[in-house]
Amino acid sequence: MNKPITINIDGKNIKTFEGRNLVDVAKENGIFIPTLCYFRDMHPLATCRICTVNLNGRQTTGCTTKVTDGMEIEINTPELLDNRKAIIEMLYAEGNHFCPSCEKSGKCDMQNLGYDMGITVTRYSHVFSNKLVDFNPKRMIMESNRCILCKRCVEQVKTKDGQSVFSFVNRGVKTHVQIDYEQEEKLTESEAMKTMNLCPVGAILIKGMIQEEPFGERKYDIFGKQKSPVIQGPGVFKEPNEKFIVATTSLAGCFGCHMSLLDIDLEILDMLEVVEFNKSPLTDIKNFSKHCHVGLIEGGCANSENIHVLKEFRKKCDILISFGECAIMGGIPAMRNFVPLEECLEEAYLNSTTSELGANIIPGHPDIPKLLNNVYPCNEIVKIDYYIPGCPPNAQHIWKVVKSILLGEEFSIAHDEFKYD
Amino acid sequence: MLQSKIPDRSHLMSVLWDIQRKKRCIEPEDITKISQVFDISKTELEGVISFYHFYHFKDVGKYTIYLNNSIVSEYSGRDEIRQAFEDAIGVGMGKVTSDKMFGLFDTPCIGLSDQEPACLINFKPFTHLNRQKVFDIINQIKSGKNPSEICDIPKSKIQYTPSAERTVFFKPYSWFTALKKLEEYPPDQIIDIVKQSKLAGRGGAFFPTGLKWQFCRQYESDIKYIVCNADEGEPGTFKDRVLLQEHPELVIEGMIFAAYAVGASQGTIYLRAEYMYLKEDLENLLEKYRSHGYLGKNIPAQKPFDFDIYIHLGAGAYVCGEETAMLNSMEGKRGEPGTKEFFPVQKGYKGKPTVVNNVETLATVPRIFEMGVENWLKLGTTKTPGTKILSVSGDCPNKGIYEIEWGMKFSEFLKLTGVEKPKIVQFSGPSGDCLSISPNESKTLRSSPRKSRDFLADNEYDRVISGEDITCGGSVMIFNETRDILHIIKSFSDFFVAESCGICVPCRTGNFLLNKKLQKIINGHGEKKDLEDIKSWSNIIRTSSRCGLGQMSNNSLLQAIAKFPDVFDKALEENSDYNPAFNMANATAEYDRIIKEINANYE
Repeated sequence: MNKPITINIDGKNIKTFEGRNLVDVAKENGIFIPTLCYFRDMHPLATCRICTVNLNGRQTTGCTTKVTDGMEIEINTPELLDNRKAIIEMLYAEGNHFCPSCEKSGKCDMQNLGYDMGITVTRYSHVFSNKLVDFNPKRMIMESNRCILCKRCVEQVKTKDGQSVFSFVNRGVKTHVQIDYEQEEKLTESEAMKTMNLCPVGAILIKGMIQEEPFGERKYDIFGKQKSPVIQGPGVFKEPNEKFIVATTSLAGCFGCHMSLLDIDLEILDMLEVVEFNKSPLTDIKNFSKHCHVGLIEGGCANSENIHVLKEFRKKCDILISFGECAIMGGIPAMRNFVPLEECLEEAYLNSTTSELGANIIPGHPDIPKLLNNVYPCNEIVKIDYYIPGCPPNAQHIWKVVKSILLGEEFSIAHDEFKYD
Repeated sequence: MLQSKIPDRSHLMSVLWDIQRKKRCIEPEDITKISQVFDISKTELEGVISFYHFYHFKDVGKYTIYLNNSIVSEYSGRDEIRQAFEDAIGVGMGKVTSDKMFGLFDTPCIGLSDQEPACLINFKPFTHLNRQKVFDIINQIKSGKNPSEICDIPKSKIQYTPSAERTVFFKPYSWFTALKKLEEYPPDQIIDIVKQSKLAGRGGAFFPTGLKWQFCRQYESDIKYIVCNADEGEPGTFKDRVLLQEHPELVIEGMIFAAYAVGASQGTIYLRAEYMYLKEDLENLLEKYRSHGYLGKNIPAQKPFDFDIYIHLGAGAYVCGEETAMLNSMEGKRGEPGTKEFFPVQKGYKGKPTVVNNVETLATVPRIFEMGVENWLKLGTTKTPGTKILSVSGDCPNKGIYEIEWGMKFSEFLKLTGVEKPKIVQFSGPSGDCLSISPNESKTLRSSPRKSRDFLADNEYDRVISGEDITCGGSVMIFNETRDILHIIKSFSDFFVAESCGICVPCRTGNFLLNKKLQKIINGHGEKKDLEDIKSWSNIIRTSSRCGLGQMSNNSLLQAIAKFPDVFDKALEENSDYNPAFNMANATAEYDRIIKEINANYE
C-alpha cells in the first residue's frame, strides 16, 4: 500500500502512493474530479458516473480507481466534460428539481455542480413524473422528487442492530428510495441529522428543521464566488446606425423576472442609448411593429395564449432568450404537472379557501385561453437560443448577458450571479 | 416462528420462491416474518422482492400466464394470442381474474423464440400457440387439468451440425468419459490445456476461459466457487436451454473440470426462472453424479477433491446475466451489478474467488478433453477454434439450433436458414450487431460505430462468423423485407428500459430519455437534429454506464442509423424552430373535455 508511485493526470506527473483513491489523489494535487455519490471515507458507490475518466484509454469511474504506478489518466477531455454535464442534465430532467422551493438550495451538491458546469438548461426534455413525497416517518420526510438515487443513504444509514433504514425498491426508471418507518424511529436525533446531511440533495429532510444560514450565504454560495464558467454563442447583426431592438414578454410567470430586470435603476437610461424596446410590458406595446434582434421570455407555457405569443416571438425575433426558471423548465407553475387538470381547476375555483360559499362555476368561455394539460418549458415548444437561469436572475446579470449577446462577445458568469434559486 | 440461528442470506430467494409459488404472492405478513428470520429490515426485503419481476406483492392468480413480448414473438402473432388469452380468461394484460384463477402478464423473451408464439403458465412452457390452442389450454385448466400435464416440452430442433467428426456438442456422449482425464493431469495442466484451446466466454464477452481459471487459481482462499451462468436472457437466445435439455452432463462435467482446475469446492447453476421446468431433471442428474462419486467428497482425480453443485433459481431480471449482478442475486440481494473494483475471480460470491462461466463454455470443456486439444484446434478459425451454437429465430423456415464451425461465411449460414428476402439480421441479441443485408445499402460502410469491431467486408453478406469478424453470443434473429427497422429498435429500446437495474444514471435515465426520442421519430415528429441527439446521447450512455447492459444497449440503434440511412431520412423532417411534436389540440383536449362536461351539467 505504501509504495511510492508516479501517475499522470492530464499531462501532469503526480507522485503518490499505490492503492490510493484516484479522486482523493487528484484533489490533493489541485485537480478536481466532480463527484455526486462519492463521500469521504465511504466505500465508493459508482452510481452517478460523473467521475468517469479515461484510464489508460478506457473509461472507468474515478471513485473506484485505485492508483498504480504509471497510470495515464485523462479527466478533462472535451468528451468527458460533456458527458459529465449530460449526466447532471439527465438528473435534472428525470427528477423534479424546483430549486427556488428547496430547503437545501445553496447546500445542494447537484445544484453546485450545475453552476460549476454552467448548465443553463437541460438538453433533455423534462419528464415531470409524479413521485412520492413520504411524510409518514416519525422524523423524516422522503422527498423523492429531488432524489438522485446516489445510494449513499441506502449503504450508509443503519440502525444500531445493523438494519437498513433505506433501500432501493423496484428497478429501472421506477427505482426509488423507500424509507423503513420502524427502523427510522430507532435512529437517534444526531443520526437523523447526519442522514439529512449525508444526502447530497434535498431528498431527506427532518421535519421542523430550519436551515440556519439564509439563502446566499450557504456552503456553495460562499465556495463558488470565484468560479466563472464561460458561455459564448453567435451574436446579432445590425446596421451600424441602427439601435438594437428588444422585445420582452411574461408568459406563465409571476413578472418577477421583469421586476428584476428593472432593478438596474438609472442604468436603463444608458441602455436606451443603444437599445430600443418594441413589444414589451415595459413599453406597453401590444403588437410587434418591427422585427427584433432579441426577445426575452419570462415564464413557461401554461395556456393556449402563451403558445401563440411564444410562437410569435420566435417568428419576430432573431434570438430568443428564456430568462428565469419558469421559462427554462416550467418553474413553480409546472408543479401542477403532477396534479390532474380537473383537480387544479376545482381547487382554484371551487374548493379554495377564498372561493365564495357555494361556488360552482369553473369559467369557460371562448375568450379565455385554454389551459394546457401540462406547463411546458419554452424550449419544448420553440427553439430557444440562450437561457438565463435564476428565480429571478439578478438585474446586472440579465443585462450583462443580453449585452454580450447583442455585441457577440464571450461572457462568463460568476458562480454567485448564476443562480437557479 | 423465530429461529435461533439466522439462515444464510443466499437462501432468501428460494424462500421467496416457496412463498410466491404457494400463495401466488408475497404478502405483508410474509414480509414481516421473513425479515425477522433473516434479520433484515422490511424495506430492504421489499427492495429485493420488487427487483425481480416474478415476485409479486399482489396475487397473480392460481394460474399465472406469462406471455413473451419480444420482437420475435410479436412478429409471430403475439397480439392475436394476447387477445385470445384476454378473451379466454376475460381480463386484460397485467390483470387477474376476479376469482383469482388466472393472471395474464408480459415478460421478456422466455427462450422459446424458435417455437413462438409461446407462453409460460405456472412456469410450464406452451409453444406454437394459436387462438384455438389458447382456448383449449384454458378450458382444460378450468376442467381441472394441471399445466404440467398439458404443457409442451420444448423440442430441441437441431437444424444443423457439421459432419460427424467435426461436431463438438450435438453427438452422443457417454457420461464421465472426459472426467477420467482428471486422473491424468494436475490442475495446472488442465488450465494450460484450456488456455491452449483458446476457449473464450461463449455468453458473448469472449473472455479467455483458461486465463479466468488461472487468475482464480492464483488467489488463496479457504473456499472458491464455480458459477454456471444459465440466466440466458438475451432476447432470441435459447441455445443454453437446448444444451441443458440435450447434454446437461457436459455442463456438469465442465463445472467439475473448472472446480478441479481452480480449487473450488462449491458450484452453483444460476438457472433463469423461465427454465424452471428443467430444474427437476437437472437435480436428478446431479444426484446421479453424486451417487457415482463425481460430486461430493473425494472426487477421483490426480489430487482427489471435494465439490458439489446446487441450483439457484433466478426470478426474472435480465441484468442478472451480468456476472457481478448474478453474484449479488445469489447472495439474496438486488441483482445490481457491482462497482467493478474487483473481478469475481478475486472477490466474487460472498467475497471469495469465483469463476462465472456460461453454460456453453462449460459444456465445451469436457468435449475438448474427450477429443484432445490438437483435434479441437483443427476446427474453426485461428482466433476461435471449435464450433458455436446459434439460436436462430424470426422470419425463416428453419428456426432452431445451429452448431456451426467458426469461420462459416454469413451468406452460407443464411442459406441454411432458408430465409427468403432477408433485410436485417440481428446477431447476439438487442445488445449485439445489427447486420444489413441489402447489398447496396451496406456498400459504403467500413467501420461500425462500435470501435472495437471494425467491419472487414464491404458487403455484410461476405462477412464471416468468427472471432476475426462477427462474433456471436448465440442469438440470431432474422427479419425479412416487410419488417420495419424503426419498430425493431424501438422494441429493443423498450427492453433495455424495462431491464435496466436503475442503479446508474446514464443507463437508467439515458435509455429512458432515448426511448422517448425514438418514439418521437416513430410518431412522425422527428427532425434531423434528433438523430444527432440520439448519436451523442448513445455515446454518453456507452462510455459512462456501469455494466455491459448500459454500455451495449445502443449498439443496434447506432448500427441501424448507420446502415439504414434512407429509413431515417424518410422518417425525419428538416430542422425547424418549432417543435413538431407539440400539438395544440392534444395539449388542450383535457381542458376542452372538462369545460364541456361542466356546460353539459348546467343544461
